[in-house]
Amino acid sequence: MKSYSKTTPYLFIGPALLLLALFSLFPIVLALVISFTDIDLAGLADYSNISFIGIENYINIFKDPIFLKSIGNTVFYVVFGVPLVIACSLGIALLINFGTARIFKAFRLVFYMPSITNVVAVAVVWTYLYNPQFGLFNYLLGLVGIPAIPWLQDPTIAKGSLIALAVWRAIGVNMIIFLAALQGIPKTYYEAAQLDGANNWKQLTKITIPLLRYAIFFVSITTMIGWIQFFEEPFVMTNGGPLDSTTSVALFIYRNGFQLSNFGYAAAGSFVLFVTIIIITMIQFRLQKKDTDI
Amino acid sequence: MKSKVSDAKKAYKMQQWIAGIVLTLGGLLVAIPFIWMILSAFKPESEVLQLTPSLWPETFTTENFVYLFENMNFGVYLRNTIIIVLCSFVGLFFNAMAGYAFAKYKFKGREKLFYLVLATMMIPGQVTMIPVYLILNQMGLTNTMAGVVLPGLVGAFSIFLFRQFMSTIPDELLEAARLDGASEFRVFMQLVLPISKPIMAVQGILTFIAGWNSFLWPLIIANDESLYTLSVGLSLLKGQYGGNFALQMAGSTFMVVPIVIIFIIFQKHIIEGYTISGMK
Repeated sequence: MKSYSKTTPYLFIGPALLLLALFSLFPIVLALVISFTDIDLAGLADYSNISFIGIENYINIFKDPIFLKSIGNTVFYVVFGVPLVIACSLGIALLINFGTARIFKAFRLVFYMPSITNVVAVAVVWTYLYNPQFGLFNYLLGLVGIPAIPWLQDPTIAKGSLIALAVWRAIGVNMIIFLAALQGIPKTYYEAAQLDGANNWKQLTKITIPLLRYAIFFVSITTMIGWIQFFEEPFVMTNGGPLDSTTSVALFIYRNGFQLSNFGYAAAGSFVLFVTIIIITMIQFRLQKKDTDI
Repeated sequence: MKSKVSDAKKAYKMQQWIAGIVLTLGGLLVAIPFIWMILSAFKPESEVLQLTPSLWPETFTTENFVYLFENMNFGVYLRNTIIIVLCSFVGLFFNAMAGYAFAKYKFKGREKLFYLVLATMMIPGQVTMIPVYLILNQMGLTNTMAGVVLPGLVGAFSIFLFRQFMSTIPDELLEAARLDGASEFRVFMQLVLPISKPIMAVQGILTFIAGWNSFLWPLIIANDESLYTLSVGLSLLKGQYGGNFALQMAGSTFMVVPIVIIFIIFQKHIIEGYTISGMK
């Protein structure tokens, strides 16, 4: 039985769908179109200045040394960042789940906290901590006799420093996802294993990790997509430096789009990013499927 | 996980202690940036620049915070941030409406439209950034508050969560209200929304946090300092007062502490929200 008129549902979804269409779906089409043009500030002022240049942007971008460098940096972030995030958040979730005392619930709060805080504020704080002269980290290292480390000045260390900050922020949400998954594992599995004399390590590797497979898969996909879009930390802390050694693809796109106003060129870069994300997600789903088939 | 074998009890208790100690050390490590930020915010600039830093402020001062509001435009940034937060609650309402329609109405194209909504979650922000800027420019909304607010107003994930929750509302309840002569909008306002309080609480807090932290769109759209949010203002502060760490820490504290307080008050809702949304 239907007692509402046919238009009612559309009125309810209307506002949200209109906004999504205008600011999410249509822009994809527009981005694709402008990536084949040379639109810049002059083109923005007068559309007759825009000309269609085919795939020239795509050819040029793969010759752009900064773009290639930013791809290399982003790969570095993904390769080191994803395993670190999974290891840290899973480790903490396992420890918290293992604990029976009340205090273990409070740990959830402590580890979750960094993920809700403002990325700019946090980046400002960490820049201060990393400061070679006045920073806390070098001071603490000095106390135990380790010479000062150029946290944000050395090309390779700077990447690691940014990863440390991002891992610190990423632990919270993923830890909660793992905790929720851990609580979904029936206690009887462990009881049966204990009766059979399985030790903790055996229980972890034979029961917990296999049953967390879906959660680990979910976290690794979302984390990887997050790292591919890594932006705010290098933007605020190093502005891509030193010598573009921390410039991520996302920062490259932002810089070309909004600081150099090469909209067409930046749109081409963003499409390269988009296609990469889609391909990686598809490969991961394929692998996951194979894994469950076995 | 309690072992029934009594021999194992001692070892088990030992393991509990080890887990607790490891977590305490890890927690301390995680908390250091917060502690250092807050303590440094109350130190005078000269004390922050000492080569042997003091943990506790030797001279306790609030001059950094006063400076932010008197010599920088933090009052304006705060006002803008609050406007964005309020507007994002309108967006939240749109999300709830859409979620309700997808959950409880049968209409042509429902599945397809819903998949379309879900598909927008896959689109990375960097791809839409440039075209959305061009669209807003065409609409004459660059450098306006509307331009800052509109792009992030609705979110697919939020619509999805509302739909998940509202699907559990029994149809009979809605039918009964309709038989009593309530209009569809009234059913939504006076029946559906009150029932959806748990999901509303989670979404409300997350919306508040996202609005308070909004950075990218204000940065792109606002050319005028009078439209800056706290985040944008803070990154400006870092550029202008690069060496004045006490001032930077005060600005960061001002941004972070309200969120931490709100989080501690509502943490139960947020953390349990993940369980409500069935993210397993």
